[in-house]
Amino acid sequence: MDAILLQLLNGLDKGGAYALIALGLTLVFGTLGVVNFAHGALFMLGAFCAVTLRKLLTLEQVVLDTENLTAWGTPTEIRTPYVEAWFGDFGAVLVNYSVPLAILLAIPVMLAVGVAMERGLIKHFYRRPHAEQILVTFGLAIVLQEIIKHFFGANPIPQPMPENFSGAADIGVMLGMDPNVIVYPWWRLVYFAFSVIVIGAVFAFLQFTTFGMVVRAGMADRETVGLIGIDIDKRFTAMFGLAAVVAGVAGVMYTPLLPPDYHLGMDFLVLTFVVVVVGGMGSLPGAVAAGFLLGILQSFASMTEVKAIIPGIDQIIIYLVAVIILLVRPRGLMGRKGVMES
Amino acid sequence: MTERNDGPSRRRVLKGAAAGLVTAGIAPTIITSRAYGQEYRNKPSGDTVTLGFNVPQTGPYADEGADELRAYELAVEHLNGEGDGGMLNTMQPSNLKGNGILGKKVAYVTGDTQTKSDAARASAKRMIEKDGALMITGGSSSGVAVAVQGLCQEMGTIFMAGLTHSNDTTGKDKRRYGFRHFFNAYMSGAALGPVLADEYGTERRAYHLTADYNWGWTQEESMKNATEALGWETVNTVKTPVGAGDFSQYITPVLNSGADVLILNHYGRDMVNSLTQAVQFGLRDKQVNGKDFQIVVPLFSRLMAQGAGDNIKGILGSTNWNWSLQDAGSQAFVKSFGAKYGFPPSMAAHTCYVQALLYADACERAGTFYPPDVIRALEGHKFDGMGNGPTEYRAEDHQCFKDVLVVRGNENPTSQFDLLNVVQQVPRSQVEYDASIFGGELGPYEVSM
Repeated sequence: MDAILLQLLNGLDKGGAYALIALGLTLVFGTLGVVNFAHGALFMLGAFCAVTLRKLLTLEQVVLDTENLTAWGTPTEIRTPYVEAWFGDFGAVLVNYSVPLAILLAIPVMLAVGVAMERGLIKHFYRRPHAEQILVTFGLAIVLQEIIKHFFGANPIPQPMPENFSGAADIGVMLGMDPNVIVYPWWRLVYFAFSVIVIGAVFAFLQFTTFGMVVRAGMADRETVGLIGIDIDKRFTAMFGLAAVVAGVAGVMYTPLLPPDYHLGMDFLVLTFVVVVVGGMGSLPGAVAAGFLLGILQSFASMTEVKAIIPGIDQIIIYLVAVIILLVRPRGLMGRKGVMES
Repeated sequence: MTERNDGPSRRRVLKGAAAGLVTAGIAPTIITSRAYGQEYRNKPSGDTVTLGFNVPQTGPYADEGADELRAYELAVEHLNGEGDGGMLNTMQPSNLKGNGILGKKVAYVTGDTQTKSDAARASAKRMIEKDGALMITGGSSSGVAVAVQGLCQEMGTIFMAGLTHSNDTTGKDKRRYGFRHFFNAYMSGAALGPVLADEYGTERRAYHLTADYNWGWTQEESMKNATEALGWETVNTVKTPVGAGDFSQYITPVLNSGADVLILNHYGRDMVNSLTQAVQFGLRDKQVNGKDFQIVVPLFSRLMAQGAGDNIKGILGSTNWNWSLQDAGSQAFVKSFGAKYGFPPSMAAHTCYVQALLYADACERAGTFYPPDVIRALEGHKFDGMGNGPTEYRAEDHQCFKDVLVVRGNENPTSQFDLLNVVQQVPRSQVEYDASIFGGELGPYEVSM
């Protein structure tokens, strides 16, 4: 029982990440009809917003200690972060909370990146075949990751979570079980809650605002919305920016779980495409549902008991489920009629 | 009708043809043998000799590859008599004079392995065929090392491997033209075992998470054998996909498995990620079977340890070399490298630097660049002053034997490079083994061009 609960928790937290990335991907596809292979790179760029902020906050004053020499004969360096020298304890708190604070940096940066990407490149490919869109966005993803590698190197860069969230929560005790039976990292629980909040906010934005209503109308019938005098293109550009922000903040909050490197986006790209296809191309609820479903299935498939019955199932489960669902429901779980069927 | 005796008879023609065919069949063998003037691929004809540095310049191990390249450039400087000479001053015995190799100035070309076997073979082939490289060296993966040394055997070009830790490189996949200075998975297990027994006792239950490829399998097998010999029980061995990113679904089953030690047979990004996540799951704060839960990382690298941040603190593992070693050779290398680049070298840099010098020294001792003679000079060669104490290139499998370092993640680092403390320099005799246990055939000295 405890093993099942643990895997369920694990699946939910994995699913949260998948759903967040797939949400942005579906948003872009549903509004602009673009298959964006650079979406994983946006997740990676968000993660590097966290890296950048921490680097800025930990910029150090370097004083050379000529009394002590390094093994190669140069003076050793005494390093003190400026922010701690200037602001004392408050500076230390800023450094400690650099990851959540990076959201404030990521929102404008990713919005600007998203809009620039859409206006500068992707809009020229709206009427081109999906294969060309895939090629150009995949190329863009490679360019972005090489830029990041040039400035930050190829090695992963660890991003510590705030100390208050660094331990593991004893979920078992909260559920009335013995201590240490079900423990789960605090930050993974935070990430799950964060993903639920962001997903809820995106849905609320689309459901309860006039802007969102117009966008939904445009997703359903772009031409008719244009005929009644609404400049849907501008709104869709904004939606691309929103998708970039969602991917970016998802990347920021993921950094303590996975030390980011330039390749981070590619790790998630294929997986989230499978999530989108399983959920149904262009379906936002489908993407979220499929994200959580595949996260949970992947987690359970990794259990020793399951692997004992079907060895290697953990490595193929996601693709196996995708094949089965596409055979049974060719449009995916909640796919709309007519999407990618012309 | 008279029979003519002055012209070729049918019998003579047949004899001649047979002799011709036999000669044609044998000729290539004769030409490639030592008897015929040592003609070989890329024989240096001018006043330079070209070496090929095949390192990952792109891909996940690009930073490690950059450090390897720095080490090679330093080695070339020292071989050509520039700089402070580094380990040329400490290597014993040494025939190197600082005037290149056999009086020829050392030049080099580089290739990008991308840490992919096919790309590594292609770049090695290009350097041999187009750039005239006489020797190939470098790399950061066992898959690459095995692939490239196979190619080098076919082409008759010596390969001095970079970072490769699988038992297979000098085991079932060993080649006459391939040489490994780096230690291997078996040696990690043999070195770590007694230290683990001292630190954690002999009644432990281990759970292995293992990268699902050649190196991971041999590392798991070696650690399993070493720990079971101590009396430890293996609870489970789980293979994880390479580059999984999030290992949490593999870590959660560990929590209530009854294991009190987690052995992470991962390297590179996989090690960084699995270790970070295992610590986040509170494994190091856990008590199981009345004992503190422990995590072991059999193969540590300082460059990779940087990626894991504070999570490596207190974690035991093994490493080929560390810049904090105090022997004269290590200090000379650290001084040269640090003065040139401003930071200490990694273990990958050390291995590559030493490999370049060892090849050059073997050419000097052989008195020729002719590969079979250089191979014979390297086989069974004993040397010192290159770090890790007296060392030998074993003739039977081309594996280097030297002391192995058991290290622990530094609890109180004094700099961003001060990440690993040497717990014990395990003597070479403790990690030696019979060359036949891993099988394989070295193959011939002479290969046709």
